[in-house]
Amino acid sequence: MDVIIESLPQYWDGFLRTLFLAVVSGIIALVVGTLLAAARVSPVAALRGFSMAYVEVVRNTPLTIAFFFAAVVLPRLGVTFQQFEVAAIIALSAYTAAFIAEAVRSGVNSVPLGQAEAARSIGMTFGQVLSLIILPQALRTVVPPLINILIALVKNSSVAGAFFVLELFGYGKQLANDHGDAVMWVLVGVAFFYLLITVPLGYVAHQVERKVAIAR
Amino acid sequence: MFARFVVMTTQVPGDALVSLNAVNKHYGQLHVLKDINFQVRKGEVVVVIGPSGSGKSTLCRAINRLETIDDGDIAIDGKKLPEEGKELAHLRADVGMVFQSFNLFAHKTILENVTLGPIKVKGMSKAEADKEAMALLERVGVGHQAPKLPAQLSGGQQQRVAIARALAMKPKVMLFDEPTSALDPEMISEVLDVMIQLAKEGMTMIVVTHEMGFARKAADRVVFMADGQIVEDATPEQFFTNPQSSRAKDFLSKLLTH
Repeated sequence: MDVIIESLPQYWDGFLRTLFLAVVSGIIALVVGTLLAAARVSPVAALRGFSMAYVEVVRNTPLTIAFFFAAVVLPRLGVTFQQFEVAAIIALSAYTAAFIAEAVRSGVNSVPLGQAEAARSIGMTFGQVLSLIILPQALRTVVPPLINILIALVKNSSVAGAFFVLELFGYGKQLANDHGDAVMWVLVGVAFFYLLITVPLGYVAHQVERKVAIAR
Repeated sequence: MFARFVVMTTQVPGDALVSLNAVNKHYGQLHVLKDINFQVRKGEVVVVIGPSGSGKSTLCRAINRLETIDDGDIAIDGKKLPEEGKELAHLRADVGMVFQSFNLFAHKTILENVTLGPIKVKGMSKAEADKEAMALLERVGVGHQAPKLPAQLSGGQQQRVAIARALAMKPKVMLFDEPTSALDPEMISEVLDVMIQLAKEGMTMIVVTHEMGFARKAADRVVFMADGQIVEDATPEQFFTNPQSSRAKDFLSKLLTH
């Protein structure tokens, strides 16, 4: 137990970095994922093809590979960054966006076709139909799966610990090395700080879900 | 001299506002529209009737290109329907559509449902759009429902809002695709009353319906479709009292005996 109290500064630093990674990657992934979903239902065949290929490749490969590409391959191709956090954010957003795209697409499919027809028949363009009518309704129905994906993102950010980013898990490894006799407590501390992010996220999801529900 | 000039350049009443020439459509093997030639003049109210599967809904939906056609052409006010894109969106704004299942935007209030088109498509200011929308909602008798969501209204009220939504775009022609088929009997008349009023005010209307009473009361022409073809095209009086084809006679006899 003492080890947790003793190491609170490290835990706190790791907690903030994990939170930072999750929030920034989460926002980027939501935007990119929604754009991918929009591309998937667009009338342009090339966009549909790109979106489908992206989702299939990224969703079906391990996150570690995404990190490896962002942290090792990208710098060799000339894309260098000052901090490994940037690589972690690239990997996490690119990976999570694929899942978000699929969730949003399922939401788009859940909106009755008549909504789009009515919107088109008052003269809206494809972009207007999507952004004003379809997506606002689709996003409401996908709040629960989106929150699942974001919770997974928070936990997935631990992979960054293996790529030189000192977030919660990175500190956890360090602390476990320093306190070989209290590894269990070190990890309990790590778990506690993850729960500090994920449990409120689930609660927020529940509230949002209730608030935005639409009656049909 | 001057008079002749005016006649030549303005829209002559009686010109075809909606015009379909040799339109064909297939659903796979099924030939749902067979060589359809069909004109509607400005101010005319045309009721399209026929047994289910006769292609009447498809015809209605093809006019604002919610259904694509295989060949032939469709023109609105002299302009041929373009392919998908901005131009088609512009043309659609001129064609109001009322659906069987209302299709009000479920996440928008009644007022927003009516103002969305004018604001987003026509670029009208919100204040002006609100004012016009309220006037339209009053006109169809649901003004006091403005702040509610569609799901809080009855079917008949929703359908009247849908009519107001279409009218807000100031369309040249209104299409009604079985507007009362999803309604309880006691709500049908409140929707039909609005439509009859609209017809009296001179709106050009194409109405797919099973409501023969409406056809008798408000239609200038009745078009009878069967198996993807226009079988008869007559005045209501002619059609109901003296149908020419055996197909129409058969259809009418079934209606009248129940």
